[in-house]
Amino acid sequence: MHSPILGPSLYTVKAVLILDNDGDRLYAKYYGDGYPSVKEQKALEKNIFNKTHRTDSEIALLEGLTVVYKSNIDLFFYVIGSSHENELMLMAVLNCLFDSLSQMLRKNVERRALLENMEGLFLAVDEIVDGGVILESDPQQVVHRVALRVLQSAKEQIKWSLLR
Amino acid sequence: MIKKFDKKDEESGSGSNPFQHLEKSAVLQEARIFNETPINPRRCLHILTKIIYLLNQGEHFGTTEATEAFFAMTRLFQSNDQTLRRMCYLTIKEMANISEDVIIVTSSLTKDMTGKEDVYRGPAIRALCRITDSTMLQAIERYMKQAIVDKVPSVSSSALVSSLHMVKRSYDVVKRWVNEAQEAASSDNIMVQYHALGLLYHLRKNDRLAVTKMLNKFTKSGLKSPFAYCMLIRIASKLLDETEGGHDSPLFDFIESCLRNKNEMVVYEAASAIVHMPNCTARELAPAVSVLQLFCSSPKAALRYAAVRTLNKVAMKHPSAVTACNLDLENLITDSNRSIATLAITTLLKTGSESSVDRLMKQISSFVSEISDEFKVVVVQAISSLCQKYPRKHSVMMNFLSNMLRDDGGFEYKRAIVDCIISIIEENPESKETGLAHLCEFIEDCEHTVLATKILHLLGKEGPRTPQPSKYIRFIFNRVVLESEAVRAAAVSALAKFGAQNDDLLPSVLVLMQRCMMDSDDEVRDRATFYMNVLQQKQKALNAAYIFNGLSVSIPGLEKSLHQYTLEPSEKPFDMKSVPLATAPITEHKTGTTTCCRLICTGKLPEKLAPSRQDIYQEQLAAIPEFQALGPLFKSSEQVQLTEAETEYVVRCIKHTFARHMVFQFDCTNTLNDQLLQKVVVQMEPSESYEVTNYIPATSLPYSQPGSCYTLVQLPDDDPTAVSCTFSCTMKYLVKDCDPNTGEPDDDGYDDEYVLEDLEVTVADHIQKVLKANFGAAWEEVGDEFEKEETFALASVQTLDEAVGNIISFLGMQPCERSDKVPENKNSHVLFLAGVFRGCHDVLVRARLALADGVTMQVTVRSSEETVVDVILASVG
Repeated sequence: MHSPILGPSLYTVKAVLILDNDGDRLYAKYYGDGYPSVKEQKALEKNIFNKTHRTDSEIALLEGLTVVYKSNIDLFFYVIGSSHENELMLMAVLNCLFDSLSQMLRKNVERRALLENMEGLFLAVDEIVDGGVILESDPQQVVHRVALRVLQSAKEQIKWSLLR
Repeated sequence: MIKKFDKKDEESGSGSNPFQHLEKSAVLQEARIFNETPINPRRCLHILTKIIYLLNQGEHFGTTEATEAFFAMTRLFQSNDQTLRRMCYLTIKEMANISEDVIIVTSSLTKDMTGKEDVYRGPAIRALCRITDSTMLQAIERYMKQAIVDKVPSVSSSALVSSLHMVKRSYDVVKRWVNEAQEAASSDNIMVQYHALGLLYHLRKNDRLAVTKMLNKFTKSGLKSPFAYCMLIRIASKLLDETEGGHDSPLFDFIESCLRNKNEMVVYEAASAIVHMPNCTARELAPAVSVLQLFCSSPKAALRYAAVRTLNKVAMKHPSAVTACNLDLENLITDSNRSIATLAITTLLKTGSESSVDRLMKQISSFVSEISDEFKVVVVQAISSLCQKYPRKHSVMMNFLSNMLRDDGGFEYKRAIVDCIISIIEENPESKETGLAHLCEFIEDCEHTVLATKILHLLGKEGPRTPQPSKYIRFIFNRVVLESEAVRAAAVSALAKFGAQNDDLLPSVLVLMQRCMMDSDDEVRDRATFYMNVLQQKQKALNAAYIFNGLSVSIPGLEKSLHQYTLEPSEKPFDMKSVPLATAPITEHKTGTTTCCRLICTGKLPEKLAPSRQDIYQEQLAAIPEFQALGPLFKSSEQVQLTEAETEYVVRCIKHTFARHMVFQFDCTNTLNDQLLQKVVVQMEPSESYEVTNYIPATSLPYSQPGSCYTLVQLPDDDPTAVSCTFSCTMKYLVKDCDPNTGEPDDDGYDDEYVLEDLEVTVADHIQKVLKANFGAAWEEVGDEFEKEETFALASVQTLDEAVGNIISFLGMQPCERSDKVPENKNSHVLFLAGVFRGCHDVLVRARLALADGVTMQVTVRSSEETVVDVILASVG
């Protein structure tokens, strides 16, 4: 019954999800033990997708969790936190994730490009959130730290364009 | 090689997923190429990606196969491909819990974390800390300390965050890194600053003084990171809450100053912190409300959402503070984000005037089907509080609610609606019939047993007293025919109540009961047989005792007593009076304020019957040998403070009443960290003929660990009317000075004492609250053998409400039939109180109140025992 003042903690993010436009999981990382089994996770993802895929409203409250989201072409990005959490912090994480990927995929944020660069996604999320703590919120920094892969593929791009 | 895969994809159509048909066994087979020399970084990278992808999809890896793949992966540390190495770190983290012997990579990781490549160092630290336990942590302690103060932000951040993760497992080791964390906190990098602050707080959070110092330092020097500011605001508001610091404290000033920060995140955090503070005045809220008002027109949905959600919370306690925002909220009603629109409307419902209600209700019903259950519950709760505010609007609300009840929705949502309808029925007698009709319709097609039984119970209680009770019988009997056992049983009980109250319905009810006795379920049959036999006696007293007002004992207590009885077979029949009474349920109606917490803990409330507070005390006291002969615990009082807050020792007392004794439990806390108290007793000097018979000391009372000591008092046998007494209390103890850091006490101590405030025992301590669902029936049951009546003038009381409140708290009895609520604009009122006096004598009080230049009160007391009547009248006078 008491006012839900948040116990001061760095553990902000409960999950980061990326779903495709059928609601299938492309990437899911859960932090903490709120959703221990795959079955519960999938149920949550289904619920979230059903409630969000038709609207582009950016934010929703579901199952006592605050969900901030963003969709692009055929991808849905979600960042989930407690319902007491500062919504803008979660938004900062979501924006950082999206902008980092956008740079790494050269603005080509869609399912196919993402699947071809899964390792880049894995590394980027690893740099943004660590065990639920926001590790970095500046996309420039994230891209810089994941950097190598992008440079390599840039080189390749030139090579391929020359070959053509 | 990746490109190769891509080519295949292009052939098979552009939408396909290269990872779609991955087979775990095939991937693990492929992982064998990790062992080939030279290492092919491209192919290995792709296989690691596949493995992580599979883990991410929730694929289960067995320990053996995971361990095998993990060991093969360790070979890849020989390659210098950067991406490959980074993927190795990720694999280590992902597999840390699945594979065995992950510590094998410790030395490789240690090498990377101290190496020259900055890109490796941060991730290596995080992977290493993931696989390290507290014993091995010591070995890398030196490196961790260096990493925390490293000038490369990613290294420092990684080390700080990893340390934070490890605080849970190895507090003692991480504690030693405070100085390094302190240094990192003054870093220029915003994330390092944030992480350092978080770690410092977690290490110090149990030491209030250190937290205060830290806050002072950072609030003065200022921070760069908005994240760190948010953290600082949370720490400050927690500290304010704990110390109950006034709003003139510098901490409050700091939070308020954050309202002028240039980052929205910080401004919002500060506003939210102020709004959530208990006892904030409207004036203190004003600046927070005005920044939230600005946010309402932000182009960012998240910000609008955050603002309106917080304003909604303000509106629960201070609707007037939000009225200034009404215009902005009106604009949000049509917001494309339905969550925002719903919150805006529910806020307006709280702040707006009665005239706007109809319009808002129409607005909201246009999209109620589009919003999630969580918000539907918010809507229902807004309606519920609205009904309390504007009782005249109940017909509009009732209509709306019944429509919502017909729609689809989960259990939480339906429960909220049913609760809301029930509370409307209770508040407005004229809405009773329509409300009951809606509920009857609902249970015709209700899949939730809990709700169906709840409604049947309500029908049984309210139905017989409506002008046309017969129309409910059909709905109830339908349940007997169609539903599960629990619902059938509840329906039988409801039927019995109709039969008991309405003589003309009795024959038909008996016929229906007869049919229920053929039910396939034991419980249903038993109930039907039982009620059948009671009803056939046609005696009012029996009906009252066994149909209207059920058992008033505590269920866990009954279970324990029965178990005890079966263990020691005796000739005597089981005595119901030996069972402790149930403490009356707290029936506070705070619908408005519960909205926010309901919203949060949706559906996660424990449904199981927890032992009450009194059952817990009963068990604790029974464990003390001196108290075993006292019999069952009759009543435990609320805690009474015997010291001021913020003194050296904090003492609270709980009064436990037994049949012939009272036990005073003193919960003492020692707040001096340089003292150890021993042999603590509270000496009591009674003013009346009470006799202190025993002291049970608390053997030892170290710093900040609460302990209890007890004093046993015998109640005077010869004079049963002596119910009130004042005790002067002194705490006596042996003090030993000790080292504040280690808690090590000196060998010798000295006796000392500490004077506490006086403790009062009043008539309320001798009476346990009992709820009689049907007061009239209970009144007849007790009979007028020992009835006494007297009239008093309450000169000092100005309103009926005040008089009712005073009487209830003075006598400590349970108000029945909702007679504690005085209808508005009335000059007279009747209050019904029920209770059980020490020694298990039922006692009922009817107080007629009339308002005219002060309140005149005519008290009628009935009980099964004459002295009890005298005691009550004497104490009122």
